Amino acid sequence: MAKARVKAPKTAAAGELVTIKTLVNHKMESGRRKDGDGNLIPRKIINAFTATFGGEEVISAKFEPAISTNPYFQFSFTVPATGDLVMQWTDDDGSTVEQTKTITVA
Amino acid sequence: MSLTRRNALALGSASFVVTLLPLNAFAASDETMAAIKSFTGGSAVSEGGISLTTPEIAENGNTVPIQFSASGAKRVMILADGNPTPGVGTFNFGELSDASGSTRIRLAGTQNVIALAEMADGSFAQVAKTVKVTIGGCGG
Repeated sequence: MAKARVKAPKTAAAGELVTIKTLVNHKMESGRRKDGDGNLIPRKIINAFTATFGGEEVISAKFEPAISTNPYFQFSFTVPATGDLVMQWTDDDGSTVEQTKTITVA
Repeated sequence: MSLTRRNALALGSASFVVTLLPLNAFAASDETMAAIKSFTGGSAVSEGGISLTTPEIAENGNTVPIQFSASGAKRVMILADGNPTPGVGTFNFGELSDASGSTRIRLAGTQNVIALAEMADGSFAQVAKTVKVTIGGCGG
């Protein structure tokens, strides 16, 4: 399904606050639009996003249809040590997209 | 939606009514109040402790950038009072997070965007911002 793009720093100082920018290509069909024949187009959105760093939860979000097409989300967190930032998006149909970024503490 | 004469008249009169309504910060709809109640469990909500940045005027209601920050919050919920369903998103923050974020949202028209935060000590804070929307973003 969707394709996720993530911008994250490759290195950070221990305890540094880093900002992660994420963007997913997804229509985020709200379930309120109608097609040419007047039928409602069924809802199909990314309804959940989670990010963990080294197995610890950083942020988890529940998205509603009011999130725009190609959902953009930016968040910040403190990097304690070298580790993997694992981000996962969940679609209404149950499929998921995952992205992993390694941040090295120099 | 094809713009027939009838539709155009209906739209015109609807927008006229909307401009007449006073923009009171907390004249929230029943659905919004219900969503706030389910988030807070009926606890008192104070002002301050959470910030919400929105554009004053959004030309396109399909992508309105918003940014929220609530230092020390466990959870943040964003509501759009004037949308067909008020919910926008709920965010849970872990220990490492600084409890801030930004995203882009859809707004059906000029309305209040409300951010609610549950702090680590169990208290609640909220902030509301009015966004003027030139073209609504909920399909049609």
